[in-house]
Amino acid sequence: MSPVFYLISAITLAGSLAAMLLQRTVHCALAVTVAFAGLALLFLSLDAEFAGLVQILIYIGAVAILVIFAILLTRSAGAPRGEVFSPHWKAGVAIAAVLFVVLGGALLRSIAVLPHETAAPAVTMRDIGNAIVGRYVLPLEIMALLLTAATIGGVIIAVLEIGGEK
Amino acid sequence: MNPLAAYLAVAALLFAIGLAGALIRRNPIIVLIGIELMLNAANLNFIAFWRYGPHPEALTGMIFAIFSIAVAAAEAAVGLGLVIAIYRHAQTFALDKMNRMKG
Repeated sequence: MSPVFYLISAITLAGSLAAMLLQRTVHCALAVTVAFAGLALLFLSLDAEFAGLVQILIYIGAVAILVIFAILLTRSAGAPRGEVFSPHWKAGVAIAAVLFVVLGGALLRSIAVLPHETAAPAVTMRDIGNAIVGRYVLPLEIMALLLTAATIGGVIIAVLEIGGEK
Repeated sequence: MNPLAAYLAVAALLFAIGLAGALIRRNPIIVLIGIELMLNAANLNFIAFWRYGPHPEALTGMIFAIFSIAVAAAEAAVGLGLVIAIYRHAQTFALDKMNRMKG
C-alpha cells in the first residue's frame, strides 16, 4: 500500500475519533467534515471518481451544513451543559470493541482468498449514468419517491410544532 | 499488504468508532453523526469490493454505494428535523432524559 493510503486513512480515522470524543458539538461537526473529506479521498484512491465527488457534494456540502443548522437551531453551540458521555459509556465502548474484534477476525481469516491488486477498471461517468437510467431505473424511481417523502416529512415535522398543534 | 484487506480494515475501524460514538454520547446530533460514520464505513466496503471484485464493469457495488449515500442524506434530514422538533418540545438535549413518548 502506498504512503498516500496510510496518510488518508490516518486523517479519516483521526477525524472520526475526534468527532466522537470532542466536548463541543461544533467541534464534532467540523471533525466529522474532515472524516468525510478523508473518505472522499479514499473513494478517489479506489478509482471511484464519481462516488468521491458525490461524497464531497452530499456529505461535505449538505449533511455537514445540515448538522451545523441543527446545532444552530437547538442553541447547543457553546460549552456543553452537563456530562457529554452517557453513564453507560463503558458498555458502549465494550460493544464497539467486540464488534471490531469480530470484524477483524473475519478479515484475518479470509485474507488468503481476497483478490490481489488488479488493473483499474475502465469505467467512465457515462457508463455510470447509463447504468443508473438503464438497468437500475427502478431503484432510481424508488429513491425519488423516498426523497420526496423525506422532504414532505421534514416540512410536516417542523410546521406542526411551529403552529403549536400537538 | 493486500490492498482490499487494508481498505476493509479501515472500514471496520471506522464502523467501530461510529458505533462507539452512537452508543456513548448523550447529544442526539452526535449520535446521528456516529450513524452517518457507520453508513460511510459500509459505503467504503461497497466501493472497495467493487474496485477489487471480479466484475467492476457491472458497477453493482458503485451503484449500491451511490443509492446508499442518497438514503443516508434523506435519513440525516429527517433525523435532524426530529431532533429539532424534540428539542423544541422537551427543551432538553440529553438522550437519557427523553424517556416519554406522550406529547
